[in-house]
Amino acid sequence: MTARTDTPTILVTGVGAVTPLGVGARTLHERWCAGTCGIEDGEGACTEFDPRELLSAKEVRRADRFTQLAIAAAVEALADAGWEEGALPYEPERVGCVLGTGIGGIATLIDGQDTLRERGGEYVSPLSVPLMMSNAGAGALSMRHGLRGPSFAVSSACASGAHALGTALRMIQSGEADAVVAGGSEAGLTPLARAAFSALDALSPSGISRPFDARRDGFVMGEGAAVLVLERGDRARARGARALGSIRGYGASSDAHHLTAPREDGSGQAAAMSAALADAGVSARDIDYVNAHGTSTPLNDRAETHALKLALGERASEIPISSTKSAIGHLLGAAGAVEAVATLLALRDRVAPPTLGLSEPDAELDLDYVPDSARPLAVTDGEPVLALSNSFGFGGHNAVLCLEAA
Amino acid sequence: MSTAVTQEQVEAVVVESLETFGADPSLITPDATFEALDIDSLDLAELSQIIHEHFGVELKGSDVAEVKTVKDAVELIASRL
Repeated sequence: MTARTDTPTILVTGVGAVTPLGVGARTLHERWCAGTCGIEDGEGACTEFDPRELLSAKEVRRADRFTQLAIAAAVEALADAGWEEGALPYEPERVGCVLGTGIGGIATLIDGQDTLRERGGEYVSPLSVPLMMSNAGAGALSMRHGLRGPSFAVSSACASGAHALGTALRMIQSGEADAVVAGGSEAGLTPLARAAFSALDALSPSGISRPFDARRDGFVMGEGAAVLVLERGDRARARGARALGSIRGYGASSDAHHLTAPREDGSGQAAAMSAALADAGVSARDIDYVNAHGTSTPLNDRAETHALKLALGERASEIPISSTKSAIGHLLGAAGAVEAVATLLALRDRVAPPTLGLSEPDAELDLDYVPDSARPLAVTDGEPVLALSNSFGFGGHNAVLCLEAA
Repeated sequence: MSTAVTQEQVEAVVVESLETFGADPSLITPDATFEALDIDSLDLAELSQIIHEHFGVELKGSDVAEVKTVKDAVELIASRL
């Protein structure tokens, strides 16, 4: 399959991530493939992340945790891309920033509410708004690195990270930017979010993330961030950049069905997968791996399995499909970006990472979910190594990326 | 507010606040400018809240806008005690 000629290739030249498996994109990849689970006491917290290692005291208190996580992921991604600090390889006006988040600065919001109740409105911090706003992360990255092209947040609940990358892809394809720093970030591990997701019966009462298992009982909430540096292929090559892979295609759709439940037949999700394939100019038989949304909720994993069969046909039964959420929980608005990073690194190493904790198959769910341990990815010599990464959000938002290894 | 409050007490609260905001403690002197300390309008808005809480003195944005140095701030607050 040859790349389309009417749009430029969009390369991924750098990646960064902070996740419950540790600090660093490679850490995420290596620990997940080794079968390590970053979930403790029913939550995926970034316990190895200390913002003070990277940020000054002033920067720490001027950023909600979701922004701190994004800054750390972006610093790693830009260094990985070979972008020297303070010296962008492009005109600053030609570099954009799109960061997805589901909730934004919820801890800041809660602090402000507590202050309002306990001490009165005159003591609510003037930093409340600039820290809690959903675009605070995008603003922080733009300011820190001098990115003066378009910058904004994208919000579609648990599809935010994937929508951010798709939006960044389009920004470069349309000619609006030569490069975009894009990703997703979330830091929602608060009593309010726990109570609210529990009230929906969305959180796992057992505290175990085991996507596609018969015993799955909900998702495990996690926090973290991932940032990718996307560059127009010709410009990236002209500066001698090394690419990890490319975003070949992007497809998005909406269920238009229910506030929280997916369409049971998976048709909305399948439409996004088919759109991503068409956008990439490939067919289902070209796909080697799927990084599933795989939340470990009864509804998602069933609908997604239907969707995979609808979109990929027989190919759905032939290829490995696994869920990063089995190792780190559900990173909500960061999930799509974190999973795109995990997928690119898996493709690079020709490995299908495992769905951890899957030991009791669900009779209805009959695809190859790569239980227990990673295994080599079967690829055809000379053919592009391709994967889909699925992300679906409350509200019926579906976003799918088609990723290719370098 | 109490007349027992001294300018030294005001200065101590201002200095402690500036340190909390992330200013380098070794640079905080009476003549240091807020610009040099990397203290901006958001920090001064927080400082106004802290001053109100401690001393009952209300500082408006227009008051604070005129303040350039640590000493300016301390004197302004002390004049309102």
